[in-house]
Amino acid sequence: MKTRILRGLLILSLSIAAVLQSCVETIPVSKEEKAKAAANEKFDASTFIMEHIADSHEWHLWTTKKENDTVEKVTYIPLPVILISREKGFNFFFSNKIAHGQSFLGYKVSESEELKGKIINVDETDEPTGTRPLDFSITKTITGMLFAAIFGLWIFLSLARSYKKTGISYPHGIQSFLEPVVLFIRDDIALPNLGEHKYERYMPYLLSAFFFILINNLMGLIPVLPPFGANVTGNVGVTFVLALCTFLITQFSGNKAYWKHVFAAPGVPVWLLPVMIPVELIGLISKPFALMIRLFANITAGHIIVLSLICLIFIFDSLAVAPVSILFVVFMDCLELLVAFLQAYIFTLLSALFISMAVPEEHH
Amino acid sequence: MIFLSNSLTSPGIGVVVWAALIFGIFFFILAKFGWKPILSAIKSRDEMIKSSLASAAKAREEMVKLQSDNEAILKKAREEREVILKEAREVRDKLIAEAKGKATEEADKIVEKAKAGIEMEKAKALSEIHEQVTTLSIDIASKILSEKLSRTEEQEKLISKYLKDIDLN
Repeated sequence: MKTRILRGLLILSLSIAAVLQSCVETIPVSKEEKAKAAANEKFDASTFIMEHIADSHEWHLWTTKKENDTVEKVTYIPLPVILISREKGFNFFFSNKIAHGQSFLGYKVSESEELKGKIINVDETDEPTGTRPLDFSITKTITGMLFAAIFGLWIFLSLARSYKKTGISYPHGIQSFLEPVVLFIRDDIALPNLGEHKYERYMPYLLSAFFFILINNLMGLIPVLPPFGANVTGNVGVTFVLALCTFLITQFSGNKAYWKHVFAAPGVPVWLLPVMIPVELIGLISKPFALMIRLFANITAGHIIVLSLICLIFIFDSLAVAPVSILFVVFMDCLELLVAFLQAYIFTLLSALFISMAVPEEHH
Repeated sequence: MIFLSNSLTSPGIGVVVWAALIFGIFFFILAKFGWKPILSAIKSRDEMIKSSLASAAKAREEMVKLQSDNEAILKKAREEREVILKEAREVRDKLIAEAKGKATEEADKIVEKAKAGIEMEKAKALSEIHEQVTTLSIDIASKILSEKLSRTEEQEKLISKYLKDIDLN
């Protein structure tokens, strides 16, 4: 059973990799752009960083300029685009169809400031119609996340299998590597917060959240090589989903004492309740909201700092800056490695804490 | 940096849906096939370690108890041995003393008996010798004196008197 699942995961990831063949496209640089570049003579670090941080419909690898800066050779992996719109129904195609400002089936990637990178509807003359299709594309973030999930499933299913195979024994192989982390979550996060009788119910969620965030954080730190380097946990949509899970689990496991505390806090006079109840309700939402923002901001900030340090080389346009830059990037990467663990830990710890607040002991 | 507030902080619905789907599948597969066996294996191992430690402590306690028991038994045995040895020694001494006493008594008795026998035999022999000597002396004397002397009462008396004087001791 387990072997079949593992083999399935391997086949799945290989087939995804096979579909995502890299694409090399040569596009001429327009005269305006060239003029702009010549006028500025400046490397646009902000755009460069944002292109790496933000979600994208293609997995950009590298761009080389050829023939005296008149031709740009872009190497990228086109990703599947899945769109649902009222006018055109369901559409599926690969993103090389709409790369670099091309329009396809009346869709185009917006270049306006507020909708940059998002797919919009356009009419026959390539003018935006002002509407947007529902975009369920497998973007860069989702591809990275998918591979992280497959990797996580593979690791932990084989871990489970190794436990089944060896029975009760001392930890060895993959166990000795992962078991301390699992034990850490059990003994230092779940047990102290949730107590001996309740912790077991929430262990699967806490472990899943911790390792999902950790694997995505770590994969995001590895540059260039897909499926690494995607800014998954630095995407607010992803952290929203994770925080929403904590929120829902907290509310659904809330017991009588918890709800009583929200709607009729003991010791609060009745005339204050109209004020207190909204405050408490805001408190319910602000906790997971903080979870969402904390993870997103920390990981995004880390990526921005590393990319900025690399940008220094191009801003100064000098190879002499490279050693300094590299030194700082190595330092930052070490820090980011710590942050990757720390943020996964904080998210899990706070989730456990919020859940524990919803399941207080009855005498409390 | 103006669109930082836009493209980064306003997620598309696609990302949310896919993230929920991927994380949901990740969670459910692992909850069913991953965490359950992992946690139960760790838990059962913890329990086994706990129970093994407890049983080891118990065994150690029992061993200490056994050891002290053994020592007590040994001590008792040693004491008993001492007592038995002492008794045996006493019995032996008593037996030896008794045997010695009996033997001396017996020997004394035998010696006394022997002495008495010897005394008696001696007296007998002496009286016999007396008689014989008397007869012999009478014979000799009669033979010597047959010509000169007749056997008279007076003569016999005289001879006996002489013989008494000559004690053989």
